[in-house]
Amino acid sequence: MLRQREGSAAVALAVARCRPQVVCAYPISPQTHIVEEVSRLVAAGELTCEFLTMDSETSAMSGVIGASAVGVRSWTATASQGLLHMSEAVHNAAGLGLPIVMTVANRAIGAPINIWNDHSDSMSQRDAGWVHLHAASNQEAVDLHLQAFRLAESLSVPVMVCMDGFVLTHATEPVDVPEQGVVDAFLPPFVPRQRLDPEAPVSIGAMVGPEAFTEVRYLGDRQLRRALEEVPRVADELARHLGRHSAGLVQPYRTDDADVVLVGLGSVMGTVRDVVDTERDAGRRAGALTVTTYRPFPAAAVAGAVPPGARVLVIERSLAPGSSGPVTADVREALVGRDAALHTVVAGLGGRPVTSRALAELLARERSGLLDGTTFLDLRSDVVAHEVGRPA
Amino acid sequence: MSTHLGMPLMYYQVGSFAVGNRLVDPDLRSEQARPDRAASLTKGHRACRGCGEALGARYVLDTAMRATGGRMVTVNATGCLEVFSTPFPETSWRVAWLHSLFGNAPAVASGAAAGLRALGTDVRVVAQGGDGGTVDIGLGCLSGMFERDDDVLYVCYDNGGYMNTGVQRSGATPPAARTTTTQPVGHSYGHAFGQGKDAPRIALAHEIPYVATATVADLRDLEAKVERAMSLRGARYLHVLVPCPLGWGTAPHETVRIARLATESGFFPVFEGERGRVTTVRRIRHRVPVEEYLRPQGRYAHLFTPHRREDVLGRLQQIADANVERYGLAAPAAAISTAGGGPDGHGEVP
Repeated sequence: MLRQREGSAAVALAVARCRPQVVCAYPISPQTHIVEEVSRLVAAGELTCEFLTMDSETSAMSGVIGASAVGVRSWTATASQGLLHMSEAVHNAAGLGLPIVMTVANRAIGAPINIWNDHSDSMSQRDAGWVHLHAASNQEAVDLHLQAFRLAESLSVPVMVCMDGFVLTHATEPVDVPEQGVVDAFLPPFVPRQRLDPEAPVSIGAMVGPEAFTEVRYLGDRQLRRALEEVPRVADELARHLGRHSAGLVQPYRTDDADVVLVGLGSVMGTVRDVVDTERDAGRRAGALTVTTYRPFPAAAVAGAVPPGARVLVIERSLAPGSSGPVTADVREALVGRDAALHTVVAGLGGRPVTSRALAELLARERSGLLDGTTFLDLRSDVVAHEVGRPA
Repeated sequence: MSTHLGMPLMYYQVGSFAVGNRLVDPDLRSEQARPDRAASLTKGHRACRGCGEALGARYVLDTAMRATGGRMVTVNATGCLEVFSTPFPETSWRVAWLHSLFGNAPAVASGAAAGLRALGTDVRVVAQGGDGGTVDIGLGCLSGMFERDDDVLYVCYDNGGYMNTGVQRSGATPPAARTTTTQPVGHSYGHAFGQGKDAPRIALAHEIPYVATATVADLRDLEAKVERAMSLRGARYLHVLVPCPLGWGTAPHETVRIARLATESGFFPVFEGERGRVTTVRRIRHRVPVEEYLRPQGRYAHLFTPHRREDVLGRLQQIADANVERYGLAAPAAAISTAGGGPDGHGEVP
């Protein structure tokens, strides 16, 4: 049933209905409303679980590592500096093959300190070995959490669900959180593949030397890539339960005959779709491609959704200093062999709004061949000019 | 205490060195004297000869296994104990064992305990690490585990340095010790005198149910403390001094004797505390000058050659004296061997 909900409250309720048995929490903006609401649901008796308030994000991730290792469904949430703080444990969770689910309320990374939204945080963990799912709306954020637990537990791989900080977490809009019965039918109780058990003692986390380390990494990569088959399957199954389709690997929008496609992740794609509609109304063949599953990267789905010959603009919500943007590299590899132009547009860093007007201007410049390889959308040249003009 | 024949046991029969004494009632013997011991850390591991940590861990875990009826899991910090026990594909652990990272063992243990509680089982959690993993990189989450009073026994095997990475100085390295990052060259006498980082007292300040120190010189005492710890619920901390022949520059066969000199000199105080109060102390039977503890150790050799560093030795003696004073470690010999002290030399703190 659709109800006006804050994104954080909707996700908290969705997480609760997934029945995590251990939740480890450490507060950081803009994730706070999510864990606050989960703690309230626990206190109110609506969710039966062990709720641990930890002393740091590293401890929060470590706590769910311990819980997951003894065989219980475990969840945590973080953002920004918090994700960087726990980075060592994020990699460790993937290496140990623990099916942890984590919500990331995407936020910029300092310095300079900035609490607003971009994707620098989750992109910094791109190679940690987790499945990365990006919600474009709060409804998608809810639906992705249900799928995340299924994916994690069927693959024994951790999954992070990324939702744009403030833009989604603090936005109130009509959202349907599936009823408990529906979630239970979709998400069976967790049956761990391996766990710490005195009845069948195993050693987990052994030291692996050069003779086997490559093989361990190979198998981990192979397992992660299985998500490329599992994501569509799980999304389809959830669609049968909910009567609506949510997420998947990628979501093309009016790309079939497009001669220019804007590719991106997360909530900005709502604006991008509006711009595509406006372009189409003006007779220009624009399309949008939302990458929902960012890791493993769905290269074949991306290549399939971008028509041959179409120019591509990758909307980057984070910067890869000294290079361009992380998504650009993936898209370029997916489209290797095509000679159509590919541009990087760094947009919306540290919470700067990505407006439809700016995107329309961008497309006009692209049509005129005035676009550089990498463009910073809405860069205030007057602000940087002074510094750029100073002698080195 | 008496034998199963009803005869009173003399101190020398059951003293701190007794392990498999057949005069002693089976229930009073060391866990290691029992053929059905868990052998939690079994043969084949790659610890150095004379490793105090391997010795300590075996006694700790086998006793914990007995106390829990085998219903426990272990969490291990990165360090020597982890590296020498699990070179893939081998393992020396016969207990359920998890290694995650260097600095997060207490938090992993907290999560494991929460998970086991969620499952409704009676399975307990024992976490362990070295002094670097405990008093330095893991101290934050250890404090968190204490503060939440999670049902975890955390055991720190303290060998006074980062031995696994090649004997670097840790927050638990004693003053004047030579490590590879506190080398006695030029005017340096080794590790500086500072405030130190006294993890057992930090633990005690959290007013958790149980805190104790022990050494591998008195293994029955160590076992008794593990038993006591496992009889309690909530956060418990055990700090075990474990000489490291490699890092300390001691002979492998000297490990137990060196540990004994650490306590007999007062340099390492052995005590128990509950809820913030010291409850019992291990009184010193034959007090020795701290020099006797230092002299056999290569890491202090620069205090004796080429010139005797009287000033440094004096300050180290002051540390031992302060411990004796603080914990009341000095006791009349009569008080140790008869009333009050008990056969193991324990005394209640008034």
